[in-house]
Amino acid sequence: MTEKPKLGVYICHCGINIASTVDVEAVTEFAKGLPNVIVARNYAYMCSDPGQLLIKNDIKEEGVNRVVVASCSPRMHEPTFRKALQEAGLNPFFLEMANIREHCSWVHGDREEATAKARRLVAAAVAKVRQLEPLEEREVDAEPAALVIGGGIAGIQAALDIADAGFKVYLVEKTPSVGGRMAQLDKTFPTLDCSACILTPKMVDTASHPNIQLMTYSEVEEVSGYIGNFDVKVRKKARYVDFDKCTGCGECAAACRMANRIPNEFDAGMGKRSAIYLPFPQAVPAKYTIDPENCLYLTRGKCGKGPKCAEVCRAGAINFEQQDEIVEFKVGAIVVATGFDVFEARKKPEYGYADYPNVITGLEMERLVSASGPTGGQIKIKVEDEEIVPKEIAFIQCVGSRDKSVGNEYCSRVCCMYTAKQAHLVKDKIPDANVRVYYMDVRAFGKGFEEFYDRVRREGIHYIRGNPSEIFKRGSKLVIKVEDTLTATPMEDEVDLVVLAVGLEPRQDVRKIIDLLRLSQSPDLFFLEAHPKLRPVDTATDGVFLAGCCQGPKDIPDTVAQAKGAASSAMIPLARGKVKIGAQVATVNENTCRGCGFCVEICPYSAIELVAVNRFGHPVQVARVNEALCKGCGSCSAGCLSDSIQPKSFRDRQILPQIAALGVMR
Amino acid sequence: MSESFEPNIVAFLCNWCSYAGADLAGTSRVQYPANINVIRVMCSGRVNPLFVMNALQQGADGVLVSGCHPGDCHYMEGNFYARRRLGMLKDLMEFVGIDPRRFHMSWVSASEGHKWKEVVQKTVDDAREAGPFQGFRRRQIDW
Repeated sequence: MTEKPKLGVYICHCGINIASTVDVEAVTEFAKGLPNVIVARNYAYMCSDPGQLLIKNDIKEEGVNRVVVASCSPRMHEPTFRKALQEAGLNPFFLEMANIREHCSWVHGDREEATAKARRLVAAAVAKVRQLEPLEEREVDAEPAALVIGGGIAGIQAALDIADAGFKVYLVEKTPSVGGRMAQLDKTFPTLDCSACILTPKMVDTASHPNIQLMTYSEVEEVSGYIGNFDVKVRKKARYVDFDKCTGCGECAAACRMANRIPNEFDAGMGKRSAIYLPFPQAVPAKYTIDPENCLYLTRGKCGKGPKCAEVCRAGAINFEQQDEIVEFKVGAIVVATGFDVFEARKKPEYGYADYPNVITGLEMERLVSASGPTGGQIKIKVEDEEIVPKEIAFIQCVGSRDKSVGNEYCSRVCCMYTAKQAHLVKDKIPDANVRVYYMDVRAFGKGFEEFYDRVRREGIHYIRGNPSEIFKRGSKLVIKVEDTLTATPMEDEVDLVVLAVGLEPRQDVRKIIDLLRLSQSPDLFFLEAHPKLRPVDTATDGVFLAGCCQGPKDIPDTVAQAKGAASSAMIPLARGKVKIGAQVATVNENTCRGCGFCVEICPYSAIELVAVNRFGHPVQVARVNEALCKGCGSCSAGCLSDSIQPKSFRDRQILPQIAALGVMR
Repeated sequence: MSESFEPNIVAFLCNWCSYAGADLAGTSRVQYPANINVIRVMCSGRVNPLFVMNALQQGADGVLVSGCHPGDCHYMEGNFYARRRLGMLKDLMEFVGIDPRRFHMSWVSASEGHKWKEVVQKTVDDAREAGPFQGFRRRQIDW
């Protein structure tokens, strides 16, 4: 051991957050009696400047060389107090926190019990801090490149910002084109500017930017490493079209034997495409892709006398021999922008989405009113094999949002406004239409939203407060059964077309990304940010950031803002060129290690290897830890037969005294 | 066993899921018994089965180990090791005559503040039923 431990114990009142339930004076008195404690104080806010000054002064004047702070969670303020120790010239790892707020004062009502528990937690922290060791944080080089997963507006914006700052960006998009959900939209609320018009230039920029390597129709297969040094493996799926030769002329799609027979995902299944296709006219890159699930030649090995597409392609770009390609590269930071799926309307069978073709979702409506959509922007529906222009149109809000029965308690934030926008567009295109909106509450909270909502109502769109209970067919009409809850009138409403304002849900394949990057989910199953308020774009995995709807439902301005936030956070390690790596890594006592190699097998990061050393003239094998790879989880330690491998700050001799301290206190 | 017996529980929580979940319970002001005393470890895989025995020897009446849900481990597979090792320990405890109700394992994620409360309640109730732990006491070591 180095010098004799001299402990300072600091109890925080946290205003009244702690002090109202825990008798801080009593805990302070108790702490004074603990071994090696030379100072024990309490203060209103330990994290404040004067609070930190108390610690610093005691370190300098009283010779305190170990510090216990009993306050909030170490997940909150450990870095704050570490810094205070460092500024006072003490090794920052001579700190232990006792969590007497989140784990004590906030969860226990009885003052006596809470005070007793605070005593126990302080005693355990004191027991541990006496055994702590000084540690040094080290720095390693960071790769000046970033990976952006997802090519929607969030991914595009993040990629452009990082690339503009001069760093290399790998933008990986699952589908054949960038653009994402925003490309599917017709107009954007509340300004009604055309979605494609503002998005397309950005899409083109991502493809032409010298710092962006765009990988469409590709998926991230594997990510390993740590902040600053992620190793990424991407699978570029075979397009069966030579990327460099394809001119995007589209003759292949016209000639395809499956032409106009496959539901087009981009049109939310409303339009039809060929097996060789461009998802939408403005797609970037403008290169065709063969859908291997629907191509006759790829599924049956036969397409007439020969594939039509290859026959008509003058560039000779069709290549059925093409294989998936694995691309590997290194990045320093990762931005996740995987977006959302819309709520599956079939989960609300009472609305008859699966049964009646004239019950459609908001996204389908979006394609129906879009000039690039399947009807060229004309709102037409089929009633008994006859195409008509609907005159009685109803929108139903909160389908799949704020609805515990389908497991979605949250508000999807965009449906109120996109419904108002679509209602406006319908009224614009069919001026004599009767449009009504069934709603629970209207949430018009953004900039210009309330004004827009007001404008839409003045245009003659009826808002009726009520949550429809059922939709059924009567003759050629659809009947909505609903109670107007403002007048308490049950009613039946006959309409031609029902639009369900479906909410936003996490992507169906969200699990893949979670497994890839070790992310967590919040209760709504969207990705969990590191802190709901103060670290909204960070994740628990260092170097991985969130942008857009993968973190929770949001509209386009919020998405762009978050993408810019994620981009600038991702650029911090890239710009510094160096990242700190944890000091709390495992270490081996080479004198007792017997070289069995259990730890080598256990380590999930392959951070341990066996090396030959000379022990008293005998060559023996011992384990050695690569500190850059070790994350300090300690799984190796619990499996070690001779207790030779130990994670620093969580050694057996640091945890056992904690257990003992809690034990005696019973 | 008297009605007033309050068990002393030592809980080992992984930093990333269960400790964060217990923090969330705090932030949400969820109320639960004060019998539980938390020791933070980076991963449930760090919990040496001997820690559990040691806690019982040193005066605990019940022990809880809680980590991320299987498959969600921050360190990829640490909680699988925990599950395997501690599952074996539980069988062994029964074999040597320790009431298995004294030892619980659970998976509480960072968003499950309410589940944390239920886990604590169950652990405390079970330990209370099992009564004060009398076996395997060991002299306190002065660390």
